[in-house]
Amino acid sequence: MKALRFLRRNFEHGVHPAHHKQQTADLPIQRVPFGKHYVMPLGQHIGVPAKAIVAAGERVQRGQLIAKPGGFVSTGLHSPVTGTVREVGDYRGVDGRFAPAIAIEADPFATQQVDASAAVDWQSLTLEEFIEAVQIAGIVGMGGAAFPAHVKLSVPDGIRIRHLLINGAECEPYLTTDHRLMVERPEALLEGAEIVRQKLGAEETVIGVEMNKPDAIEIIRNHIRPGDPVRVVPLKVKYPQGAEKMMIKSVFGKEVPAGLLPRDVEVNVNNVGTIVAIADYFLRGMPLIERVVTVAGPGVSYPANLIVPLGTPVRDVVKFCGGLKPGSREIIMGGPMMGRPIASLDVPILKGCSGVLVFTEEQTARRKEYPCISCGRCLEACPYFLNPSRLARLSKSRMFDEMRAYHVFDCVECGCCTFACPSNIPIVQLIRTAKDDLARRKEPDA
Amino acid sequence: MKKTDPDLLLFHAPLLRQGMTTPKAMRDVLYALAPATAASMWFFGLSAALILGACIAGAVMAEWLFASQEARGESLRDASGILTGLLLGLTLPPGLPLWMAFLGGFVGIALGKVIWGGLGHNLFNPALLGRAFLLATFPIAMTTWVPAVSDGGFFQVYAGNLALPFMQAPVDGVTAATPLGMMKFEQEVTPLTNLMFGKISGSLGETSGLLLLLGGVYLWLRRDLDWRIPASILLSVLIFSAILSLVDAVRFPSPLFSVFSGGLLLGAIYMATDPVTSPVTPRGAWIFGIGVGVLVMLIRVFGGLPEGVMYAILLMNAATPLIDRYTQPRVFGRGTDSK
Repeated sequence: MKALRFLRRNFEHGVHPAHHKQQTADLPIQRVPFGKHYVMPLGQHIGVPAKAIVAAGERVQRGQLIAKPGGFVSTGLHSPVTGTVREVGDYRGVDGRFAPAIAIEADPFATQQVDASAAVDWQSLTLEEFIEAVQIAGIVGMGGAAFPAHVKLSVPDGIRIRHLLINGAECEPYLTTDHRLMVERPEALLEGAEIVRQKLGAEETVIGVEMNKPDAIEIIRNHIRPGDPVRVVPLKVKYPQGAEKMMIKSVFGKEVPAGLLPRDVEVNVNNVGTIVAIADYFLRGMPLIERVVTVAGPGVSYPANLIVPLGTPVRDVVKFCGGLKPGSREIIMGGPMMGRPIASLDVPILKGCSGVLVFTEEQTARRKEYPCISCGRCLEACPYFLNPSRLARLSKSRMFDEMRAYHVFDCVECGCCTFACPSNIPIVQLIRTAKDDLARRKEPDA
Repeated sequence: MKKTDPDLLLFHAPLLRQGMTTPKAMRDVLYALAPATAASMWFFGLSAALILGACIAGAVMAEWLFASQEARGESLRDASGILTGLLLGLTLPPGLPLWMAFLGGFVGIALGKVIWGGLGHNLFNPALLGRAFLLATFPIAMTTWVPAVSDGGFFQVYAGNLALPFMQAPVDGVTAATPLGMMKFEQEVTPLTNLMFGKISGSLGETSGLLLLLGGVYLWLRRDLDWRIPASILLSVLIFSAILSLVDAVRFPSPLFSVFSGGLLLGAIYMATDPVTSPVTPRGAWIFGIGVGVLVMLIRVFGGLPEGVMYAILLMNAATPLIDRYTQPRVFGRGTDSK
């Protein structure tokens, strides 16, 4: 039984949403033409916001550092275009709140070339210099969380990384950015992987890809030179296969203990996009100033995989894709399972934005909520083996403290429970409410 | 400035859902019971249809009467009231006066569901609560069993069915003991094939073991039922009775007889698995099922009644919140420490 489970490359529980990737899976990545207005929020990663080092009226080059890290858990920001800083002020962000950002007006006559001579000889760097370079380059986890990559790469003394795991699962429906990167830029992926693997001193690189991307698996395998310590592991198609702890379980059969990190089981996990960004910085001198975004969903006229300069308003991206179809009701940044809705088309594309998905009436229709009948489907869905049914009931009664005993903070908010609930109870939202309340109440002590 | 952007909604992810809804799950159970319901009409004729109808009418009447004005349509549409009525009806003897059946359905919903706060909040299975009420109130009518229709055909109605409320029920000329009754009081074993195909005396729904199993397989394929509960009930009954029949094969029933006789299959597949009143955790489901199985055998073998499925399930219903509390699943990455 155990041997069979190993062959199946699987974690337990999870759900099977229709993947909806056919819209964009075969569309080559295209570059969006440069627009006029760009807005770079200073806090587009998890952690401390960056500090602006440019002022209004200053001329900036594409790829030039415009904000430096505001602390250790923080990264640099670079201008996505050549142009002039219009303002350093507050702009509306994805969550609807105003937050400091650098607004840049693009120069319509600039060539928008990146200075390739800025490439760094990564082999001559010490580990500390390498990590600092990744931080300055502004590289964050590109899968959606936007956690600074250099923090992940900083391994404390006494901990050894044996496996570099590259996350190419892309288990969120609709999204095809990692898929297209693996198909179109396998060399960059393998180059970046080799850089990170050598710097971490890991023994091997494992690339985990869901089996619904056979072309990606084949192309990467064809690019691996014999003798390279790299292998591709096809994974079962299941959500959330791309959650790092689930993927570690699938690939290595190990459970990362609650409260600990992948490094505690000798693994370092990075997204495909992150690894490509690292290769692009060290080999081609391009910091993180653009990313691949899937624009899809039933409300998009011409779905596409696009290279979008960071800071581009969603409006420009949608316009490039033929605009919104009539009946579009909601725009999600990220995937449909964990992404965030945006309230305005003026929100800019951020480092962590893997998709712009437009949904219509059918997906956003109000669903009647029934009482919980304790059917247990959420327990069967939760990849963390929590009891979402109980958590939701407690949250509804505002018994937030009791929820700690049910390990509410182990929840990663993947949304499997809510997907599976036949009573349409907004379980993950109720859990989020409780976590938010509990976290906020801690603040006065600190 | 002309406004051209659509008004965007801000529903939070996940935006996708699997297709199952609670009313659909309820209807699935109705579909699963359809063969057994049809069989009850085949064996007991029009009487079966009348009793089932009376139970459903009673249950729906209670739902309708006690629901608030605006929730009225909804509580009927989710089909849970109809399901309770049908399940209750299938546990009743075919010769029961119709007014009692109606009252059973009404009380089952009123005391078994409504006063707890409606769907999802009740502690006891409403259908079984209704039956317990009937058994306590009308013990004779509830234990008078008639043989399956033989000569009169479909349109024959048992005399007992038509008794007026609170009047002495006319007694049917012919009565017949159930297989469990025969076993308990006369040590007479009914052949297994009769138990499987239903040519026996008993309550409306318990007569054909095979059709009940068929519905159970359908529910399992639709993921509407926790397979652990029927599996653990049937296994524990099998093991318990195997041990007993090793001790004394004449006095105690054989394992297969125990499984296919009485209301065990009906109870194990359709009543004990009621999600609301059974544990939600996987380990809890095993404990619950084993508890039901052991109680069934204890009541059948040592109790005063030939049948114990109803009380076994009701007793375990009462233990469900406690079982749930102590069987929380092991959380990912937390070793064996479940607390």
